[in-house]
Amino acid sequence: MFSNFPATPPQASSFSREHDLIFYALLALTIIFTVMVGIGVIYFVIKYKRGSDADRSRPIYEDARLETAWSVIPLILALIMFYFGTKLFITMRVPPADAQEIFVIGKQWMWHVQHSNGVRENNTLHVPAGKPFKLTMISQDVIHAFYIPAFRAQMHVVPGRYTTMWFTPTQPGKYHLFCSMYCGTQHSEMGGTVVVMEPREWANWIENGGQSQATLTLEQSGERLYKQLACNNCHGAEDNMRAPSLYGIWGKKRTLTGGRSVIADQSYLRESILRPHNKITNGYSNTMPVYDGQINEEDVLKLMAYIKVIGSSVGGPSSSGTDTAAAVLNGTKGTMSPFAANAIQYQNSSMRRVDSTPTTRSGELAVNAIAAQQEAKGN
Amino acid sequence: MAAIASDHGHGHGHDEALHHQFEDMEQQNDSYIVGMWTFLVTEVMFFGALFLIYTLYRSMYQMDFFLAHEALNVQMGMINTFVLLFSSFTVAMSVRYAQLQKKWGVLSMLAITQVCAGAFMVVKYFEYQEKFGHHLYPGPGFGSHPEYLHGATPNFAQLYFGLYFGMTGLHGLHVLIGMIVIGYLMAKWWRNSPMVTKDYIPTELVGLYWHFVDLVWIFLFPLMYLMPKP
Amino acid sequence: MSAIPADPNVTAVSATPRTETNYLNADWSIKSWLLTGDHKRIGILYLVTVSFFFFLGSIAAGLIRYELTAPAGFILESETYNKVFSAHGIIMVFLFLIVAIPAILGNFLLPLMIGARDMAFPRLNLLSWYLFMIGGACIMGGMINGGVDSGWTFYVPYSSMYANSNVTMVLTGIFIAGFSSITTGINFIVTTHKMRAPGMTWFRLPLMVWALYATGVVIILGTPVVAVTLLCIIFERVFHLPIFSAELGGDPVLFQHLFWFYSHPAVYIMILPAFGVQSELIANFARKRVFGYHLIAFSSLAIAGLGFLVWGHHMFISSESMYQGVVFSLISFLVAIPSAIKVFNWTATLYKGNIRLQTPMIYALGFIGLFTIGGLTGLFLGCLGTDVHLTNTYFIVAHFHYVMVGGAVTAFLGGLHYWWPKMTGRLYPESIAKWNAVLVFIGFNLTFFPQFIVGFMGMPRRYHYYYFAPEFQPYHIMSTLGSTVLALSFIIPGLYLTRSLTKGAKASANPWGAHGLEWETSSPPPTSNFLQIPVVLDEVYDFDPVTEHEQDKAAQALEVPSYLSNEAKSIESEKEKR
Repeated sequence: MFSNFPATPPQASSFSREHDLIFYALLALTIIFTVMVGIGVIYFVIKYKRGSDADRSRPIYEDARLETAWSVIPLILALIMFYFGTKLFITMRVPPADAQEIFVIGKQWMWHVQHSNGVRENNTLHVPAGKPFKLTMISQDVIHAFYIPAFRAQMHVVPGRYTTMWFTPTQPGKYHLFCSMYCGTQHSEMGGTVVVMEPREWANWIENGGQSQATLTLEQSGERLYKQLACNNCHGAEDNMRAPSLYGIWGKKRTLTGGRSVIADQSYLRESILRPHNKITNGYSNTMPVYDGQINEEDVLKLMAYIKVIGSSVGGPSSSGTDTAAAVLNGTKGTMSPFAANAIQYQNSSMRRVDSTPTTRSGELAVNAIAAQQEAKGN
Repeated sequence: MAAIASDHGHGHGHDEALHHQFEDMEQQNDSYIVGMWTFLVTEVMFFGALFLIYTLYRSMYQMDFFLAHEALNVQMGMINTFVLLFSSFTVAMSVRYAQLQKKWGVLSMLAITQVCAGAFMVVKYFEYQEKFGHHLYPGPGFGSHPEYLHGATPNFAQLYFGLYFGMTGLHGLHVLIGMIVIGYLMAKWWRNSPMVTKDYIPTELVGLYWHFVDLVWIFLFPLMYLMPKP
Repeated sequence: MSAIPADPNVTAVSATPRTETNYLNADWSIKSWLLTGDHKRIGILYLVTVSFFFFLGSIAAGLIRYELTAPAGFILESETYNKVFSAHGIIMVFLFLIVAIPAILGNFLLPLMIGARDMAFPRLNLLSWYLFMIGGACIMGGMINGGVDSGWTFYVPYSSMYANSNVTMVLTGIFIAGFSSITTGINFIVTTHKMRAPGMTWFRLPLMVWALYATGVVIILGTPVVAVTLLCIIFERVFHLPIFSAELGGDPVLFQHLFWFYSHPAVYIMILPAFGVQSELIANFARKRVFGYHLIAFSSLAIAGLGFLVWGHHMFISSESMYQGVVFSLISFLVAIPSAIKVFNWTATLYKGNIRLQTPMIYALGFIGLFTIGGLTGLFLGCLGTDVHLTNTYFIVAHFHYVMVGGAVTAFLGGLHYWWPKMTGRLYPESIAKWNAVLVFIGFNLTFFPQFIVGFMGMPRRYHYYYFAPEFQPYHIMSTLGSTVLALSFIIPGLYLTRSLTKGAKASANPWGAHGLEWETSSPPPTSNFLQIPVVLDEVYDFDPVTEHEQDKAAQALEVPSYLSNEAKSIESEKEKR
């Protein structure tokens, strides 16, 4: 149909084509019979209008053959449509054995979706094209219904028992998700989006805990920002003419011009980033640009986190959380605290297998941050 | 359509009890009987839905319903059953006396029926009182004395008692309505109203209703009180 | 006080209107109206009160359509919108559709059509009207007190545990109104069995009577079930008696079974009388006996019976077993066949008839078209595969409005116009009425056809906001524009029919030259219907098309103005008969 004026829903699942075939067949039957009856009525009304000179002799009041015909033929057509509809319905009701399970909880007035590896989402459903999925659903309060028009799939979500539906998405894209059983005031707002992704994209997404890319730790974000802002153009591994090295600066004593010395703590680092002219290291001049007003406090924190660990790993700074923690380990701090060791181990194991007990993004961050903190305290 | 006007309807000895829309007493009596039976069909559908719900839940929770039902007093239920059965007998007798136009026969039989109905309601009152006392009425306080649950799961026992009070309550309401209608009928007989003295059908109609009320109890009693262990 | 004493010299059946005593002017006092047993007066009482409820339900409809033109609403909060569509459904279903044709036209016509003096139980009939009034008042009380937002279907656990307190009041009203319906059904059944005039065998009955009888059967079997089901919700809310509560192990889907066990046959309560009216209109305006009389009579009973076996088609996705769905789908397809037969029979009746395109016939022809579409779109919903997508969407809304408004309301308007002279003794203005009938057809299609499309696209029903999916908006705008036309086409008859009560031309006994015992008595009829009970010798629709044609030619030769032509024709044919 016209792209700006759609009249049909998109076809995005393995059911859609078959459903639409049946739908259009029924539509054709409807049109044919309506037109037949309509033409019959109009023709008779015109031909046999009162006063018209049509032949009215031998009118018929009963005709067994005619009445049988128009009882039996519609019956046969009806049974044919019943057959195809039932066939599709049975397909829709019997999920394939390899369908992956997704859990859905409906409540007034939102949907909680839980993937089997623990990734959770609200009011959205991310699925890959080409794989069958089975939804196991229950309601926390009243009866709802999970409806994806593009998939031609719909099922009530009932309190007290699980209901299931399944589908195989076929077409990547974003589609409507509606609650279609009236459930109270915000029934019409209890909707969302079903996102069908390419399989690889979805695998990425699910592995990253429901994000399009891996979540960065504070240190990793800081490193990215450090490179983005071109800090490394001047601050290298060694002190050079332009700028002092920042490797291992954290907590060290720093001598400023004018003889004053400070400990490189958090406020010093912050001040040095935002208003470097206030505290210039001895032997250097005021050449660092001012970053006050160019980066926000969150960025400052990220840079600070990175600077705390910069240069402390064997192979230089890296972008993996594990290695960052290893960087912590292998830095100038002494033996690893048991907590940090545990944390590293835990992280190692869960980062590699996506179907293990769920950990979410916040867990990873906590692990890394805690590890880093522990090491800092142990200093 | 071809029709000729007939002179039907004039010239009979008009029964005082014949209503204007009917041509003769036979049509009137037939109509009332058919009407009453039709009404009783609606009552069957009415109680039938509740029996359906009860059947469904009992088959789902057989053990819990059995355990919960032990809180019921079978002796009181038996008394009520016999009382109602006997009252059906007396109301049938009253119809017979109405056909014979024996006023005092009718009144005495109806009086006994009323006494039976009253006895039923009194027994019911005591039964309910006991249940309330044992905290067996569904709601926030249900099951606060678990010994009265006889080991049934409290949730399913609530379903059982919900149905118990709902169904016996509705039945009791029908008994009460029956008592009022019988009382009205008795008043008519007492005053020698031609509506009842000249025509036994009103008495028969009340009798039919009363038989139905009894019949519902005949189903209710074994289903709720006389459960075998599953 | 009676205005004119009855003239004993006036014969019962007269062609020209006179101010003789009839059921309307026999007694003007309010008491005589409020304590009447006369089925005709009760029909008029229903007409006045049902029209009032229809008006209220229409206002709710207008609000809904107005709100839906914008994806994020205009003037209503969501909770209010939910109350408005619930009010629309409750009022239209329980206070209009179930009642209109049976209680207004059925009460008025049944005794007349079978040659009886009144219904079998006139006082029960009056009680029926009072129960309707009390039930309606309770429902209105609940609405005024803030309304309910549960939808007319009152699904649990929303209505039993989550919705506001007016649910109890409204359900009590529906419960009481249900008994009004039951008493009417009892009256129809007993009257049809026992009160027929001598010679009026079952197969000489007008098809309207068959339809009303089948309706009575459906009423008495179905209504008590929904009464007790709604009572269970009241039990749960007021007496804490849990029946459907999922937390306690109860089954909320059980409510749906019990509710739809009535509510599906209920739609046959709404449409069977409409079929009856339709048969009368087609026969009398095509001047021909209805084609396949026996099949139409039996199909009414078949629909009544089969209609009780299909309730599960409202529950295909409610989590019940697949096998249940298959059984209900099969029977649903089967129940479509008798309705299809009727449509074909009516069309075949037109063949070799003498068709007059007067207002009731325009409504009847519109009915054929709209009911065909409505009925056929029901097949999409009875078919399991497509129902999974289309259920709970606007496709359903469009389907049932096609059969209910395009079917039942159209037939009601057609019947009202047809029997208006009989009921009131006045003629309505034919040319306005005729064009209004066309306007109803146009406005109706404009309103509800776009809803099929937006439903197929996936818009769920009972939605206030659809800002997730603004592509639905054009269809809603079209639909609202259509509803404005439709509203107009309902207001206009209200006006001219009311006006005709005082300003309309007086009607003779049989202004249409129609066949049927009701036309053999004066317009309006005397209180006792017939001065003498007729003896029936022949079938009801004994038209002969060739003779009719000759009479038509003769009447046309008179060249009388078209708006009086039916009157003149009947005068001519009366003259010829004598």
